[in-house]
Amino acid sequence: MVKILKNLTVYKWIVVAIFGLVFIQSLSELFLPTLMSNIIDDGVVPGNISVIWKIGGIMLIVTAISAAAAITASYYSSKTAMGLGRDLRRKVFKHVEGFSLQDFDEVGTASLITRTTNDITQIQQVVLMILRMVLMAPIMFIGGLIMALSKDAKLSLVIVATMPVLVIAILIIFKKGLPLFQKVQKKIDQLNLVLRENITGIRVIRAFSREKDEQERLGHANKDLKDVSVTVNRLMAFLQPTMMLVMNLTIVGVIWFGGIRIESGGMQIGDLMAYIQYVTMIMMALVMASILFVMIPRATVSANRINEVLEMDPTSMAEGSQKANIKPGTLVFDDVTFYYPGAEEPALSNITFTANQGETTAIIGGTGSGKTTLINLIPRFYDITEGEILINGLPIQDATQEEIRSKIGLVPQQALLFSGTIEENLRFGKEEATDEEVIHAARVAQAEEFISRMEDGYESSITQGGSNLSGGQKQRISIARALIRKPDIYLFDDSFSALDFQTDAKLRKALVDETKDSTVLIVAQRVSTVMNADQIIVLEEGKVAGIGKHEELYENNEVYKEIVESQLSEEESA
Amino acid sequence: MSDKKNRRTQKDHSPRAGSDKKGGPPEKPTNFKGTFFRLVRYLKPYSTKLIIVFLAAVVSTVFMILGPKIMGDAVTELFEGAYGGLTGAPGGGIDFGAIGKILLILGSLYVISSLFNYIQQFTMAGVAQGTVFDLREDVNRKLEKLPLKYYDNHPVGDTLSRMTNDIDLIGNTLQQSITQFITSMITIVGILFMMFWISPMLAIISLVSLPISLFVIRPFLKRSQKYFADQQRTLGELNGHIEEMYNGHQVVKAFGHEQKSIDQFDDVNEELFHAGRKAQFISGIMMPLMSLIGNMSYVLICIVGGIFVMNGSIRIGDIQAFIQYTRQFSQPIMQTANIANIIQSTIAAAERVFQLLDEEEEVKEVAEVKLEHVKGEVTFDHVDFGYTDDLLIKDMNVNVKPGQTVAIVGPTGAGKTTLINLLMRFYELDGGTINIDGLDTRKMSRLNLRETFGVVLQDTWLFKGTIAENIAYGKKGADDFEVKKAAKTAYADRFIQTLPEGYDMELNEEASNISQGQKQLLTIARTVLADPPIMILDEATSSVDTRTEMYIQEAMNDLMKGRTSFVIAHRLSTIKNADLILVMDQGNIVEQGTHDELLETGGLYADLYNSQFAEDPAM
Repeated sequence: MVKILKNLTVYKWIVVAIFGLVFIQSLSELFLPTLMSNIIDDGVVPGNISVIWKIGGIMLIVTAISAAAAITASYYSSKTAMGLGRDLRRKVFKHVEGFSLQDFDEVGTASLITRTTNDITQIQQVVLMILRMVLMAPIMFIGGLIMALSKDAKLSLVIVATMPVLVIAILIIFKKGLPLFQKVQKKIDQLNLVLRENITGIRVIRAFSREKDEQERLGHANKDLKDVSVTVNRLMAFLQPTMMLVMNLTIVGVIWFGGIRIESGGMQIGDLMAYIQYVTMIMMALVMASILFVMIPRATVSANRINEVLEMDPTSMAEGSQKANIKPGTLVFDDVTFYYPGAEEPALSNITFTANQGETTAIIGGTGSGKTTLINLIPRFYDITEGEILINGLPIQDATQEEIRSKIGLVPQQALLFSGTIEENLRFGKEEATDEEVIHAARVAQAEEFISRMEDGYESSITQGGSNLSGGQKQRISIARALIRKPDIYLFDDSFSALDFQTDAKLRKALVDETKDSTVLIVAQRVSTVMNADQIIVLEEGKVAGIGKHEELYENNEVYKEIVESQLSEEESA
Repeated sequence: MSDKKNRRTQKDHSPRAGSDKKGGPPEKPTNFKGTFFRLVRYLKPYSTKLIIVFLAAVVSTVFMILGPKIMGDAVTELFEGAYGGLTGAPGGGIDFGAIGKILLILGSLYVISSLFNYIQQFTMAGVAQGTVFDLREDVNRKLEKLPLKYYDNHPVGDTLSRMTNDIDLIGNTLQQSITQFITSMITIVGILFMMFWISPMLAIISLVSLPISLFVIRPFLKRSQKYFADQQRTLGELNGHIEEMYNGHQVVKAFGHEQKSIDQFDDVNEELFHAGRKAQFISGIMMPLMSLIGNMSYVLICIVGGIFVMNGSIRIGDIQAFIQYTRQFSQPIMQTANIANIIQSTIAAAERVFQLLDEEEEVKEVAEVKLEHVKGEVTFDHVDFGYTDDLLIKDMNVNVKPGQTVAIVGPTGAGKTTLINLLMRFYELDGGTINIDGLDTRKMSRLNLRETFGVVLQDTWLFKGTIAENIAYGKKGADDFEVKKAAKTAYADRFIQTLPEGYDMELNEEASNISQGQKQLLTIARTVLADPPIMILDEATSSVDTRTEMYIQEAMNDLMKGRTSFVIAHRLSTIKNADLILVMDQGNIVEQGTHDELLETGGLYADLYNSQFAEDPAM
């Protein structure tokens, strides 16, 4: 929390100003009861109307000052809190944009999102509350105490006696309450979990006719939540009445003992009336401070989550500055070994192959055999541990990451699209592409037909995550987005899976022409996709189990044979 | 998701959450009255408790309101005693006996008031949470009766938020706002009464501030609502951007778009900063403005009151009381103003919940016939069906003999799952009948029908629990031995043995601690345990490694043996060996027959077959 608040240093003068303004505001508020007591003691008691008017006038001015200070403070506190939120968000977002894929894996995308959004909003809200209300509490508390003491020190013994009662009561309630709040949270999570399972699994539940059991499970979660909620709310029901009672009884005490003081001539009646108001202020300040009890633990959790992200060093990579255009359209893996950071076993070991211009290289193998890892090494999403990767004849660490990536057209496993129009998504591959290039890429990717059937054609908007398109449509746009770059190296990471047979075939036919100056790497599950590649690399457990053409491999390679036979019947594969 | 929940709990229980909910225009319910009364009906079982709450609130508030006046009497007594003593009037000196009596009364008043306040909140906790519980139970019961159509057409998050957030909001309002409303109303009336009782003149002075403050606040309130809406909108936009960029991180990096993404972020972020600053500032102004007006009337009362005391037309203690009343007056007014908004959004939330409760239910089942010792003959007899009014399937006729394997093929999105939906009666037919062993599926109970089928879908749904529990889901009361046997049959036993805790290993929320292929094997084991006479299988096993895939394949083959099976086929071997192939396109069955028959016809199937398996273009 403290670390996060350090981000306020930019606003330190503003914060000082807010503090000053809140101070002025509190002083004014504190001054009013004294003035009122003056009206009584100097105006009413001696019967001096002009004094009443005079003091009344001063009170109005003080009131106005207080309001002006409060409004100005509000201006600055909004600016500061929102500014802090803005700065934090920018800082986190920028930081995260620099993350490598492996950094992303470490925290998890969903978690990164909430850290950048909700957690920061939470901090922003707490800072605003602190600047606005909580800042006032200590001033009001100390100020009220000083004013009360100055009115009559002896009478303050009453406060000294009752205040600990209030503080202890608040502490006890929160001490009992906090674990219960956590329990409530757990029960809510549980209810959400069961409900979510109920909705997502509705087909299975009904298929197995388990509706009654599920209903019972959900009812159970509901009952649990209710029980804890009732307990918490009943506990919290103590808070307000207790606070009010202590405050009011304090005032009763003040009047009683104040009376004795007045009798002995130790204080005046106006002072007593002011005193009563100070007691109210002191108690209110305590109540305000108790709000902190609720807010701070929550904010601390958020702050820690944000700090975790900011403290992560994005994996940095050394870069060269050469141009990668020595042998265009080639890719070489030279004895490449790769360990995921912290892993004991290599994810890939001793991979060696060469992919030439105009050739198609297919990679096949089971889950966990390292196919996607291999693909991810080429755009340098991860740095290899040993060996060398050459793109267009240049080792990839000798050029900037930007240079390397500009040579690559990646079609990832999941067709990730962005909200915006179809055209914008296609141009994501190459912003300065001409309209012809856009249309051409769409045509090759077999996307033209469905795009032109859409109401606004290329201007049709894609919703977030591309949820208004089918899986196959998304995949085709994702392919077109890579094609538009006219890269030297195409990486297709299992990118035809959502296409039906016909489209798949047409697309691959069209690709042949399109990619003749480049080299193509295809990761696939279907044997039929890789059968006709110039070379097939069979991966097993991160090692090359064989390289060759379909026929050769089928004859000599056990792993490949096993894969083929699991998918095709004998006659087809022969 | 979980952060949304966090925010809520805080509001749930912070002592004054109700009044914090300023900002943002409240949503307006479309049928306020109807929804309101329907919600009131939920309170009916708690009417005795509500009466207690109401009475406790009245007692507590009335006693609280009497406080300042009695305190004023004490102060007057003090004043008159003290200054009477000074001026030497008869009966001089402070009469501590009288004051003691007054203070004793005052003290007991406060004790009683706090006690009743506690009783009220304590009782209301039961009422509010009880109502929440009842509402949730209603939704729970409803979930079972909703047709699949509802689930397919509504996002999960939507239903979730109706059952959690919306009902929670109702609970909060009941817990806090309702009693607040009662006490506020009583307070306002009570204070007004006390004020006029003490001094009509002073009362009028302080009342004048009321319309003034309303007048001053209104324009700010309106603007603040607009700014809050702006803030909410930009926040949504920004969050959307963050979500997209993070999800698409790989693509952003691959295409070198980091800077552009940051620039775009900066723009929206800056916009959010300005919108938020304005919204917070405007809402921050209102409090000082209100207290300015409050303070002004406070000053006026001090002045005018002071003069009155001099005239002797009012006693000093009454001024003291009056000042306390004016100080207490603005809060309930603010609260009542807020409550209007809160109630409106609560009714809107209730409306969303009731909407869910009013959703059309599944057709009532009749159990005129019962399937027993199923042989497995399935016929589609002139079936018509459409998800909307447009019929997707028209006059479909299929005849499957006991023990046959039916392969369903077709391009993605051709409607292969539609068939499953109809077979399992997840959706109702628009015409014709589906018969099993000659019996109309609509005339049997759903339980009976669904017992007949075993389904293994690509979407492997498992729940958070142990592996054994997940397998046992297939058959109620299955013992460990049966579970293990089923796992063995499904080729799942071996991998389960290698897991850290074997059958007792806990699957996490997304079941992401085992692989996709392993999940599939578990769902197969689950179906094995159920031992249904007819099978429906989805063969798609993308993203599963080849070994596991072989196991899955084998397990599925075992499952199909001797049973009528419908297979969404992806493998040529399955298709070729099928007794009947149904070729689907755009929702309808366009061709049916065996492999050879269909190739001969030279239709869609022949096309598909040739493009996939015959000559692959060189790549």
